[in-house]
Amino acid sequence: MNDHAGMPVLEPAEGAKDQHMVINMGPQHPATHGVLRLVLEIDGEIIVRIYPEIGYLHTGIEKTCEAKFYHQVVPLTDRINYLDPLSNNLCYALTVEKLLSLEIPPKAQWMRVLLAELSRLNSHLIWLGTHAMDIGALTVFLYTFREREDILRLFEAVAGQRMMLSYIRIGGLSMEPPLDFFDRVQAFIRIFPEKIDEYANLLTGNPIFRNRLVGVGHLSAEDAVALGVTGPPLRASGVDFDLRRDMPYSSYEKFQFNVPTSTACDCWARYEVRLVEMRESVKIIQQALDGMPEGPVKADAPKIVLPDREKMKTQMEALIHHFKIVTEGFTVPAGEVYQGIEAGHGMTGYYIVSDGTAKPYRVHMRYPSFPTLQALEVMCKGRMLADVVAVIGSIDIVLGEIDR
Amino acid sequence: MADSPTLLGKAAVVAGLPDHPAIKAILTGNADALTDAKFDFNELTLTIAPEQIRAACFAMQAAGYNFFEDLTAVDWFPAAPRFQLSYHLTSFAMKDRVRLRVMLDDAEPAVESITPVWAGANYYEREVFDLFGIRFEEHPNLRRIMMPEEWVGHPLRKDYPVEGYR
Repeated sequence: MNDHAGMPVLEPAEGAKDQHMVINMGPQHPATHGVLRLVLEIDGEIIVRIYPEIGYLHTGIEKTCEAKFYHQVVPLTDRINYLDPLSNNLCYALTVEKLLSLEIPPKAQWMRVLLAELSRLNSHLIWLGTHAMDIGALTVFLYTFREREDILRLFEAVAGQRMMLSYIRIGGLSMEPPLDFFDRVQAFIRIFPEKIDEYANLLTGNPIFRNRLVGVGHLSAEDAVALGVTGPPLRASGVDFDLRRDMPYSSYEKFQFNVPTSTACDCWARYEVRLVEMRESVKIIQQALDGMPEGPVKADAPKIVLPDREKMKTQMEALIHHFKIVTEGFTVPAGEVYQGIEAGHGMTGYYIVSDGTAKPYRVHMRYPSFPTLQALEVMCKGRMLADVVAVIGSIDIVLGEIDR
Repeated sequence: MADSPTLLGKAAVVAGLPDHPAIKAILTGNADALTDAKFDFNELTLTIAPEQIRAACFAMQAAGYNFFEDLTAVDWFPAAPRFQLSYHLTSFAMKDRVRLRVMLDDAEPAVESITPVWAGANYYEREVFDLFGIRFEEHPNLRRIMMPEEWVGHPLRKDYPVEGYR
């Protein structure tokens, strides 16, 4: 556990002033995945202390949400974890729907599962490419971004946007997917498992990659739970917990998949767990495609869900509802709810407090990278400076979700 | 979404959920610690007396709620008591989540830090301190985390101006 419990490293420890050195890593460092600043106290090349200095990307999204209508918050959520946008949309929509006690049609729920898994693949592909690149295996980056481009094209087909989708809305989806969408997803996941083999072929047997990861960044299960680490790093420390299976949401209970775990607790275990997770995501997407129900993709709640364009042209009520929702929003019953989902990086949660008006009284986002960063010192202490880069890559942090 | 029964008030929740491990754990430790409770939207909320929160967290941890998931605050300005702290605790084994709630008055809001229970609460308590100005006693490093060190004010408070020049 942290001896210093996050005390700032401003000068070398007493008694080691002539031997230890304090250096900054970041905020402008290519291996810190954004604007992360680490203040390191080092003894030669050995890490003595690490103090993460965060907040460079703080934009006050939680405060902004308080001034928006409920439906206007959806595009803000995309921008928090910009690598896994649909998980953010999904988590926010589920939380508001819980407050509204809104019934979501089966097709929308299955589409949400399909899209959340594509989003997870997107997130894991970026992780794999950048993680390998940080360690010096540049080639993999080009391979993973090739497949990520396919996923972004699928996103573009459904939402018109590549990264900030806002496709999952309160009450369902923003619109029907295009006619050829399911065929395109099918074509993608038919070839994708071979691509995972290709990445594994480049990395798993690679002695340099192995030596940089095996035994590096050890995080015991007790430390992982105590420090709030979730997602693949938690499962790589041997704790078998995945919200998709254990506290299912959005029909995940109807899907069969395995939750990979490992007891090796090191960076290599995190690599292996995520690689298996990608294969499991493909299985979930296949099940979603095979069993996709028929029906609408929006809930039957005209006062909450925007009407179809066609109805607005022919029906007076639809036009009135559209006008009311856009100008006045919709009221949400007073109360407080918390909804957690398993996003690509770990357990994401939204906590919304409503006072019965059309704007949320308080929105709080729990994002997995924020607590995971606390575990950095435990994982790096006593290791070489170069291992910090491997560990940051293996916990897969996104600064947008740390600073919010 | 299936309709779940709504229980409001301590007596109703204790009577309605007699076997719930979280309620048992809190009541066994110190029956006065639980001041209010509710069960709505399928979520259990237990209001804990402010000076009892650390003991309550230890009791919850012993009862199987092994994971500290989230901590945040709500500012009910100008109502009194003004601040609400919401702790979300999860049990991996029971697959259950419970919210502990602490209400604090406006004048110098402070509460015991739960970092001795879960070291992972460190960043969350710093965030609440930074954005709401609630102090956590015996926190190892209570300093601003999001805003710059020299910042004045606590931006997520409801009386914090959102327009005009600083």
